[in-house]
Amino acid sequence: MTRDERIAALKVEAEKRILVMDGAFGTMIQSYELGEAEYRGERYKDWDQDLKGNNDLLVLTQPQVIREIHDAYLEAGADMVETNTFNATSISQSDYGLEAIAYELNVAAACLAREAADACYENTPDKPRFVAGAIGPTNRTASISPDVNDPGFRNVTFDELVEAYGEQTRGLIDGGCDTLLIETVFDTLNAKAAGFAVKQVFAETGVELPIMISGTITDLSGRNLSGQTPEAFWYSLRHLKPFSIGMNCSFGAEQLRPAVADLAEEAEALVTVYPNAGLPNELGEYDETPQQFAPKLEEWARDGLVNIVGGCCGTTPEHIRLLTQAMAKHPPRKVPELSHEMRLSGLEPFVHT
Amino acid sequence: MTEAAGATFINIGERTNVTGSAKFRKLIEAGDYATGLDIAREQVENGAQIIDVNMDEGLLDSEQAMATFLNLIASEPDISRVPVMIDSSKWSVIEAGLKCVQGKGIVNSISLKEGEEPFIEQAEKVLAYGAAVVVMAFDETGQAETAERKFAICERAYKLLTEKVGFPPEDIIFDPNIFAVATGIEEHNDYALAFIEATRQIRAKLPYAHVSGGVSNLSFAFRGNNLVREAMHSVFLYHAIQAGMDMGIVNAGQLAIYEDIEPDLRELVEDVVLNRRPDATDRLLDAASRYKGQGGQKREEDLTWREAAVGERLTHALVSGIETYIVEDTEEARQSAERPLHVIEGPLMDGMNVVGDLFGSGKMFLPQVVKSARVMKKAVAYLMPYMEQEKRDLGIEGAQAAGKILLATVKGDVHDIGKNIVGVVLQCNNYEVIDLGVMVPSQTILETARERKVDIIGLSGLITPSLDEMCHVAAEMEREGFDIPLLIGGATTSQVHTAVKIDPNYNRGQAIYVPDASRAVGVASNLLSEEECGPYVSRVRQDYARVAEGHARGQKSKQRASIRDARRNKVAIDWTTYVPPKPTFTGTRLFADVDFSELRAFIDWTPFFSTWEMKGQYPRILQDDKYGEAARSLFEDAQVMLEQIIDEKWLSANGVVGFWPANTVGDDDIELYTGEDRKSRLTLLHSLRQQMARDRGRANTALADFIAPKDTGLADYIGGFAVTTGLGEGPHLKRFEDAHDDYSKIMLKALADRLAEAFAEMMHQKVRRELWAYVPEEALTNEELIAEKYRGIRPAPGYPAQPDHTEKRTLFDLLDAENQAGIKLTESYAMWPGAAVSGFYFSHPDSHYFGVGKIERDQVEDYARRKGWELGEAERWLAPILNYDPRALTPEPA
Repeated sequence: MTRDERIAALKVEAEKRILVMDGAFGTMIQSYELGEAEYRGERYKDWDQDLKGNNDLLVLTQPQVIREIHDAYLEAGADMVETNTFNATSISQSDYGLEAIAYELNVAAACLAREAADACYENTPDKPRFVAGAIGPTNRTASISPDVNDPGFRNVTFDELVEAYGEQTRGLIDGGCDTLLIETVFDTLNAKAAGFAVKQVFAETGVELPIMISGTITDLSGRNLSGQTPEAFWYSLRHLKPFSIGMNCSFGAEQLRPAVADLAEEAEALVTVYPNAGLPNELGEYDETPQQFAPKLEEWARDGLVNIVGGCCGTTPEHIRLLTQAMAKHPPRKVPELSHEMRLSGLEPFVHT
Repeated sequence: MTEAAGATFINIGERTNVTGSAKFRKLIEAGDYATGLDIAREQVENGAQIIDVNMDEGLLDSEQAMATFLNLIASEPDISRVPVMIDSSKWSVIEAGLKCVQGKGIVNSISLKEGEEPFIEQAEKVLAYGAAVVVMAFDETGQAETAERKFAICERAYKLLTEKVGFPPEDIIFDPNIFAVATGIEEHNDYALAFIEATRQIRAKLPYAHVSGGVSNLSFAFRGNNLVREAMHSVFLYHAIQAGMDMGIVNAGQLAIYEDIEPDLRELVEDVVLNRRPDATDRLLDAASRYKGQGGQKREEDLTWREAAVGERLTHALVSGIETYIVEDTEEARQSAERPLHVIEGPLMDGMNVVGDLFGSGKMFLPQVVKSARVMKKAVAYLMPYMEQEKRDLGIEGAQAAGKILLATVKGDVHDIGKNIVGVVLQCNNYEVIDLGVMVPSQTILETARERKVDIIGLSGLITPSLDEMCHVAAEMEREGFDIPLLIGGATTSQVHTAVKIDPNYNRGQAIYVPDASRAVGVASNLLSEEECGPYVSRVRQDYARVAEGHARGQKSKQRASIRDARRNKVAIDWTTYVPPKPTFTGTRLFADVDFSELRAFIDWTPFFSTWEMKGQYPRILQDDKYGEAARSLFEDAQVMLEQIIDEKWLSANGVVGFWPANTVGDDDIELYTGEDRKSRLTLLHSLRQQMARDRGRANTALADFIAPKDTGLADYIGGFAVTTGLGEGPHLKRFEDAHDDYSKIMLKALADRLAEAFAEMMHQKVRRELWAYVPEEALTNEELIAEKYRGIRPAPGYPAQPDHTEKRTLFDLLDAENQAGIKLTESYAMWPGAAVSGFYFSHPDSHYFGVGKIERDQVEDYARRKGWELGEAERWLAPILNYDPRALTPEPA
């Protein structure tokens, strides 16, 4: 299939059933217990900074590891896999001195995911497989000062974010992604910059992919790090006309539910959710088993709240396998139509009725 | 308004707006963002559902201020919980703001003012950043005043937004312009109704769009009468909301309930708002005084202040600018004071401090402060003999001034109104001012500065050659070892020029640009304070380094066309079908002692107010929220003096006009002939050509383009004129000086300036109708004249269309203006008296005003050759418009 055909197929499939995304990357990579030498590979064996922990670099230095993880999720039944590019912007890569290869990382990661998805599709031609290009939040915040004594200060500007996100987007498109997933949004202004960049690249290249957005809730007040409620978050990003909006990471499924319920009611887009495998324990490990995880999301599906589900930190191919089975039993959420009202937001939503 | 109708009406908080709130502006200008945040917080606490943020103040870095304030708001959850309205007339400020808000806000505003292309482009950006948008009912032809035009513009914008841009209709907010009613001008009576009617149509025919507006504009005519104003707002909103207005920039706390308005008043107000009867305005005006007293002031002279203690009376007199009792009150204070000096240091300075505070907080305006100064000077003048006497008796020192400041208009320049205002403001603040007057050579400035041990030198100038003279003074200060601060001010001066051209000449000290008189005190007090001076100067240094760097960067990007290419792209006029009009005479004609009452109707008052640093269009400025009261009082005083000028014949008006056979030769020069046979050259005029890199369709214009080239064989003509209304002003100015009456002195100069412009305007009309007679039937109103809607132009040498002042010499020789009209030229080609206007007349229908802009070395070399100058001399006269640095060793490629 061409990309246009896949995008069309994605829309058809999403109307028919609840789609399933893949699970965690970070915790899967950890299980390979890679050392500094493996992260560096041949190409960076003399690099003057430590590279262990730069998971995004593995698409170049250990591509077989990443490919195996994609394959595992696809075999477990995932309809869509994410590229391993959560930190593949020049901004995040500058921590390793690798800002120059940001574009290359994205192309390589997208190619790996594309090859895995296409190979799987050949084996199961009744089930198209999609690649979502992951666009992470970066390690900086455009609306929060890193210095408590200087609240007006910012360590990144909108324009810098647009530039970095633009480069990442071009890499993901050139590598063959079907959608772009602006994810784990903890600062909505970062996401607005990402959306701005993505649209700019669409205009430049003439290639237009569905935009998926997924925010994250950082405390029990149910708001993101920059203080917005889920509805306010949605109103801030609605102008991007996203294919989907949702939540990921955060806590376990239970704590995310109110936020997802708000979005399900308010969003004229598909709703996605991919929570962690519960709250981390004292050792920082996620220990919600696949058998505990899948039924929680199934409840949401039964209540008509979701269109696309998956797993975040701590989830494994087994979580996804059970999730796929559970979702098959329920129809997808119906996308509501919103009335023509002006919907604005600060930290809170404001609807002019 | 009623509860039900108002239920869905959105209040937008208006206090975090530097153009609407002097308090907020002062805070932002002082960098006190923390207190600015308190204002924002207060608004949200008081129920604002959206807050409007506006940083449009000429002296602010508005982009920076907008970003800083929005970033700070982001850290204040009790403020940032509501959406932000990013309010600016500058797109760059809006865009800077959009980059700082995570929420979905509103952009206020965009419009079709500049046409569809920028409108669509900006709307697309607004959409990309994710915001709703306010669209003003403003198009290429101006702001809409009638309901039909308001709606037509909104409908056009709506179509473009929804069909071309894909803008969600529910995110469009129209602002169909609320203007002041009951101003006494008949056309204004329908403004409220027009808004309401337009609102009704917008809501009926443009689905989902909203209507908003700034309500307080409506009642400007009733400033000072809050009860009537509130009633007007309330009645207006009552009807506008019923028609569908669903948002507004409103001071919600000050809105009366419609039903609670006293029925009589409501009826009167409703008559005005709905324009129900022709005498509605008069009736409301008559009744308004009955409703005064709620914060309003009384109209009749109230003498109750005379009953207060003498100190309070002096303060009152100073604040209100009342001279009547100042001598008797000063005498009373002197009698009870131990020493006469104590009256100055005590009650008088107390009073001036109140004035200073009110001025500083934006509650008094410059004309009022100048009046206060007049009262102060009168009191001091009364005390002077007593102090002299005391000094003689006791041999003690006089009062210590805050500092000694020398002011001068530089050599070659005669303009001094701004300098005089600065002097007055400084004196009000207890600075000793040594004013050397106009046309002061640098040697005099430096000698006086040394002898009198001044703390600061301030230079002023208006014409462009003065910029060079200021550089010269700075260099001389450096050479002679000065290190005191050098202040730079005047209409053509700028921060960029000061930073890039003047300051580098003066390394030992600091040159500082002072944008207007109100800044002078702050700058001087910073410079003369031991603690502040160091940090202040280093801030200025940093700023100037940044400005200079930015300027250098900007220079590189300014692409210029070669003079050859520019000439190929001259204004394309089809001469083959053109018959040049022939003037009724050639040679010159004198118009002596022209009747001033005739000139009066031609006065353009807007620049008069800007002389007094009050920015706004006349007559609207009289109703201005900020300046209105001060403007009306100033305007009244101006009318009184104008009557005197006319009745008592203070001034005389002389003018000389001439026409000559002329043709363009060699692209850029205009040859004038001694006779109709066009055989012998009378003189040669030179013009300069625009060299900006042009897209196709726009010409590189020079004045020579508007005269038929010699090879067309057409008999074309050029005209010239010089007029003055300043003759005879000397004795009157002297009289005011002796009376310590700076206010009247400045007023007379400002009026003489306006009369000279009016004279020029009147002569130009006479030329078009009678003397050249190419539009004998012309019937334009004064507004249309001010808007330059006539055929033909009257550009002056030294101004944008021909920036070379030296061409004025040729003009004056042609006219014999010095002998005929009594107008002299200084060595810098300024006219004396200052209230004078001169220029050339062009009659071609395609002739228009333009700015030459920056020019390249190739044209300067060519121009020098044509003028018979050395290159260096050309570069000196053309310094302000050079697109290159003549000191740079290698020419940059054009």
